[in-house]
Amino acid sequence: LGLALYASSLCAVSGATFLYHDYCVIGAGPAGLQAAYFLQQAGRDYVVFERSHAPGSFFALYPRHRKLISINKQYTGKSNSEFNLRHDWNSLLSHDRRLLFRLYSRDFFPNADAMVHYLEDFASLLELRVQYNTAIIHVTLEKNEQAWNGHYFLLTDQDRKNYKCSCLLVAAGMWVPNVVNFPGSEYVEGYETVSINPEDFAGQTVLILGRGNSAFETAENILGVTNFIHMVSRSRVRLSWATHYVGDLRAVNNGLLDTYQLKSLDGLLEGDLEDLAIIKDKKGKLHITLRFYLENRNISAGIDSITLPQDELDNFATRAPYDRVIRCLGWKFDFSIYNRSLRMMPGRGNIKKYPQIKPSYESRGTRGLFVLGTASHSVDFRKSAGGFIHGFRYTTRAVHRLLENRHHGVPWPSTVYPITQLTNSIIKRVNEASGLYQMFSVLADIILLRENATAFEYLEEYPIGVLAELEMQTGRKARNGLFVIIMEYGRNFSGADKDVFYYNRAVGEAQHAWQSNFLHPVIYYYKHLPTEREMRLRPPDWPLPRPNAIHHIVEDFLTDWTAPNAHILPLRRFLENCLSTDLRNFFAESCFLFAFTHQKLPPSCQQGYVRMQGLLGSQELRQHAVQAGLLRDYTHTDFSGDTPPDSPHGSQEQLMRDHGIPVRSLQHLVNAKDE
Amino acid sequence: MSAQKDRWVSSLVFLLFCAFSIPKRGSTSLQQEPSPRHYFSGLEAGKTSLAFFTPSVSPGAQPFLEQIESSAEALQDYGVSVVKVNCPKEDVSRYCGKENALRKAFLFRGNRLIQEFPADALFDVNAIVANVLFALLFNEVKYVETLADLESIENVLKGKSNMVFAYVPATGTAEHRAVMEAAFVYGTIHQFVLTTEAALLKATSHDDPDVSSAWLLFCHCQRATDPAQPCRRTALAQPLTLLNIHRHLKLMGAPLVTEVAEDPEKISTVHLQLGLPLVFILSQKETYQADRRTAEFVAWQLLGKAGVALLSRDLVDLNVLHRSNVALKTPDEGMPIQYLVLEDTDEVITLVEDKNKVKQIQEDEQEEEEDEDEKENNNQDIQDDQVVEAVSRDKKRELPLEQILVLTEENFHSSLSEAARTVVLFYASWEAVSLAVLRSYSEVAAHLKGTPGVLLSRVNCWDWPGLCSQENVTQFPTIRIYKEGQQSVTYGGMWGTQELSSFILLSQVSCPLKLATMDEAEGYLRGDFPSELSSHHHTSFLGVFSSATSEAREAFEEAGNILSGYVRMGMYFEDDALALSQKYSVSPPALLLARSGGRSVEGIALSKHSVQDMVQMIRYELLDIFPEITVPNLPQYLQLGKPFLILFSAGDISQVESKEMLKLAKGRPQQAFVACWLNLKKTPVGHGILRSYFSTTPSLPVLLWVNLHAGGQVFKFPSEQSITEMNILSWLEKLQAGLEIPSSTLSEEDWKPPLPAYDFLQMMEPPVPELSPHPGDSPTQHLPKNPGGDTARGDTAQGDTATREEPSQESTAEEVGSPGRDLRGTAPRLAARDKQGKRHSEL
Repeated sequence: LGLALYASSLCAVSGATFLYHDYCVIGAGPAGLQAAYFLQQAGRDYVVFERSHAPGSFFALYPRHRKLISINKQYTGKSNSEFNLRHDWNSLLSHDRRLLFRLYSRDFFPNADAMVHYLEDFASLLELRVQYNTAIIHVTLEKNEQAWNGHYFLLTDQDRKNYKCSCLLVAAGMWVPNVVNFPGSEYVEGYETVSINPEDFAGQTVLILGRGNSAFETAENILGVTNFIHMVSRSRVRLSWATHYVGDLRAVNNGLLDTYQLKSLDGLLEGDLEDLAIIKDKKGKLHITLRFYLENRNISAGIDSITLPQDELDNFATRAPYDRVIRCLGWKFDFSIYNRSLRMMPGRGNIKKYPQIKPSYESRGTRGLFVLGTASHSVDFRKSAGGFIHGFRYTTRAVHRLLENRHHGVPWPSTVYPITQLTNSIIKRVNEASGLYQMFSVLADIILLRENATAFEYLEEYPIGVLAELEMQTGRKARNGLFVIIMEYGRNFSGADKDVFYYNRAVGEAQHAWQSNFLHPVIYYYKHLPTEREMRLRPPDWPLPRPNAIHHIVEDFLTDWTAPNAHILPLRRFLENCLSTDLRNFFAESCFLFAFTHQKLPPSCQQGYVRMQGLLGSQELRQHAVQAGLLRDYTHTDFSGDTPPDSPHGSQEQLMRDHGIPVRSLQHLVNAKDE
Repeated sequence: MSAQKDRWVSSLVFLLFCAFSIPKRGSTSLQQEPSPRHYFSGLEAGKTSLAFFTPSVSPGAQPFLEQIESSAEALQDYGVSVVKVNCPKEDVSRYCGKENALRKAFLFRGNRLIQEFPADALFDVNAIVANVLFALLFNEVKYVETLADLESIENVLKGKSNMVFAYVPATGTAEHRAVMEAAFVYGTIHQFVLTTEAALLKATSHDDPDVSSAWLLFCHCQRATDPAQPCRRTALAQPLTLLNIHRHLKLMGAPLVTEVAEDPEKISTVHLQLGLPLVFILSQKETYQADRRTAEFVAWQLLGKAGVALLSRDLVDLNVLHRSNVALKTPDEGMPIQYLVLEDTDEVITLVEDKNKVKQIQEDEQEEEEDEDEKENNNQDIQDDQVVEAVSRDKKRELPLEQILVLTEENFHSSLSEAARTVVLFYASWEAVSLAVLRSYSEVAAHLKGTPGVLLSRVNCWDWPGLCSQENVTQFPTIRIYKEGQQSVTYGGMWGTQELSSFILLSQVSCPLKLATMDEAEGYLRGDFPSELSSHHHTSFLGVFSSATSEAREAFEEAGNILSGYVRMGMYFEDDALALSQKYSVSPPALLLARSGGRSVEGIALSKHSVQDMVQMIRYELLDIFPEITVPNLPQYLQLGKPFLILFSAGDISQVESKEMLKLAKGRPQQAFVACWLNLKKTPVGHGILRSYFSTTPSLPVLLWVNLHAGGQVFKFPSEQSITEMNILSWLEKLQAGLEIPSSTLSEEDWKPPLPAYDFLQMMEPPVPELSPHPGDSPTQHLPKNPGGDTARGDTAQGDTATREEPSQESTAEEVGSPGRDLRGTAPRLAARDKQGKRHSEL
């Protein structure tokens, strides 16, 4: 069938032969395969181009020292597969339970070979359409009124074979090494090629340029055999447990910090690599100097004539000569294959290694071109997990859902519930949803209210950056207000210089939930969909514009937000006040009473009891409710006696009041937890 | 407030100084005397003077002299004149001759030397005034060193006068001077006792006092009657200054409780004049004694902080809520008196001690006045959901769930094939309604124990979300019955043990059940067949079809699928179907209906053949003509959308009433109301209904007309008339004609949120004028013009800098934000946070 499809889609345009697909995916890494999976599930016409002979070729080489620093948790004590994905940073999303990474490696920090093996299986078990040994070397546009986006993408591979697509998904990763040029940079070895055998470094003095995980990984490997290691980079070290960003330095790699702070010769230095120069002396030792000195020197003079910083400042930190200098400066996106007409531009500032994209992951320059995977990290760089498998597996799904709506008229998947399920549906998601948890503050669950707030529609994991375009992007209507559910860290909790272990950092009381520091669910309520302008002008540090009301569910040590009083009750009150209704559950008996005494019924009675789904409750439960003062027991009412009569409305009010005020002992129980 | 207070303070100061300075007003402050001889000759008896002798040229003692000179004015207020006596060169008298005498000052009363002060006791004005007064007030101010001394003074004073006990860390300090100055004025009224012994301070105060700061106690010894008990003490909470001491003594001198019998708005007491609030305890004649005790108790607690007055409501016509028991008058002008309802005396204390609380309580009060139903904010964290609360109170009880198989993603499909029918409860272990149903489900399991072919099981969707979504379970709880090879049936009835058991039992047999012989059909109508259901009394429907009428039969079968589990349905389409139906005088297609309990079988011709019509018809036929309304069955009758004619009965209704009502109901098959009755024994919640309708208990049985769906009026059938068809009909006619007055009307109230939510938005961004006051407004329009430094910015914000367009505005807005935000991560902020919220201590 595949062949027939290919053959039928062969077409000739201006002499060249083009193989046509609706969707072309560049790169069969984790993101490319993830995209392929969703396209395949939706029955779309797609192909994945992979320059190597197997998927995940980057992982075949990198990380050089083979230890992945993504968590592969075997046990969580829970069987909830969705929840468990919160602690599985390597698996891709699929329906196939064989394709869970924990079945591929038992290591908490697995070997990269396991990833290669996993990706191979993912592609083959799911029968994804990957065209290997196809390196796309050029991408250009062909204007066409008929095309989905007003143009086709024309791709050329290394054999000058051409392909044509309506939609281009770039999942090519970040594989071009970041190189800094300075005088003497020819003496620098790259992370890509440097020896990984510690023996080669025995008794040597090593300078490492860069301060990312690859730099520390390299240092960790040779820490025990070198004289000492110095590490130089422009910015201070950013510890991931302080920044809550998984791309910063992970504790698993930070052995050098230990030896630096415990005065064991190794050290960290801050300085701009652009100002650096390296010169080699006659013995082959490398000396650090400044570019400034080189510019002033007499060209004809020998090496000895070059001024070294220590000549002027005799306690210059890096005056000791080095045997080796290793560059570990990370990677950047390969911009070279895109024709100028695609306007694939690098981002500005600290995201210049990434292509410019919108929060919908669509290129800023070209409609129909989406960037997936680690190259799409500019959206949440140094914030969330969009640059990593455990983050972009969800953003890739989001992009797929956007495309399904845009090109195939399939609206964003949603479920409609009666309003009585509102609290439950939120509690369920914040407790198990992995996309919300991993892509915190980037992907959000959206609740669209129906008219009169009797029902609502639940949309999962929508990119909040394009919240203003929700109706257009999802095909769903948001006319009656909406809730946006995201996860957030405390506003001022994360940062390279923050003390994340300070005493009393955890909030315990629901009424102070807004000061929660650890990742916790936050619900925003808008009466109207925020406009693009409001999105742009949102308060600093806010992921979303100022809502009409906001609720924080208090942080929880176990990330288990199911406590009836601390978590669910305040949430219910928030929802009730947003909707101006009463969302309490009632036993059938209460509904029975209300049916005879009220012209209107609370939603729980309206949607349950009246539709013959009333909660009769067991004898014990009703007894408990009576003891709590929330249900009145009329069994022993002496009606014939001379009890003082209640006023007609007074008794009703009395009942209502009874519902609100339980016995005092309960209050003590509630407060006891803080003591 | 502060302006008002200042006024009081300044007038007080003025009064004090007037009082002190009257005697010597008009004279010069420092007297000069040419020689000692001249000086001593001029001394008047009874006049006090502080003299110092100075040689004509004496450069050494200059600073000491300056201090004495500057204290002259202060001492003048106490009738002490300061005299500088010049020593002529040749003078070698007692005061001028000796070198060290020139470094001293001498206090004379008349010409008697009281004390000589060395220069080091006179280092500044405070020291001079303090020491001079200390010397002068030798009798008025007792100096003690031991606790025994203090106690002996106290014992002497008991029942006579009050004691002012002051501790100063050292003599000659400003506090010492203040105490002495106060003693000068009050020394004749109260006994002053002074100490500098830190040990004594420790012995007299309960907690660990700060020995480096002065301390003053007012000991109420005059009131003390029991010699064994120490006098009650009231400490001065403010720093020891003359003004504060004066104020304190003034307050201590005021009556403990003022009795008031006039408009509280016009009352003014010492407390109000001194800028302190006045608490009124509202009293009534009946409770006077208790109120008096309460007032005194409160007054002791509030001594020095507020005044307490006992206001008799009987004597003053107060236009306030009857339940108000406390009023608070603040010294601020224009502030109305607040009337409050407080529960205990602690609340009165906190009311005074915490000014902010006053405002909050006041606001609460106002809200309460606006809406009586509005509860106080502090109930927000108390569970008011009866189901959630009941379930959480029951969570410690272990449920008997052994009979219920736990299904997982692994064993779900294999388990379904094990039994003919598998009942599955899909629930979430954290969800209250689910857990409530699980409890009923466990009762069902006990009930159905041993029933062959039925397997009860459950799936916790919190453990197996994939399985639940695969089975398309979107709501908790959901109960499904899976039958091999057939589509599963979702339960849609009441979540009760009875109803659920009946559903599961009825689901055992196919619906409709195909009957093969005439005997089976007859048995079916009698309820003997099939044997599985013989113990189960239920209305049975038997569809009788001649084989030709397949259209009606198909519709009936389809209706059976829909009603499966709720209704007993059978069908018979053998050749002798005609004979069967004719027995009940209908011809096929027809429905034979055997009501539960009833002996007779009704025959109904099937004219409509659509599935919907058939389902509706069967449902309608299930309804009784004159049903007893119960909690589970009400919804079926509510759905008819008709008014209720309902007879409330204390127990079973009498035969006569039943007959009359039945006649009424039967007589009009398409009538516009539901005739029914309610057994208060069986449905006790009916008492609640009657209570809401009537102010006085109606005699039972009572017949009511309730317009449940339109207007909500409730009419009561006149109790003097007997319940007969005729009487009721004529009453109903009158009702229709609008000639009757409704006894009650159902509440039209909307179901609003029972309590407010935490306003986190407000807490996160208190409405600063710079920020948008209205939600929805764009905040940037209010941003300040000058972009501030970028120093406080965290790295988290940097990430989105590039995606936004105005980076300079971001940083400035941060500084505008809530106070404290710019102090992120610093110690003050953490300290401030600790004050705001309780936190978990370390785990």
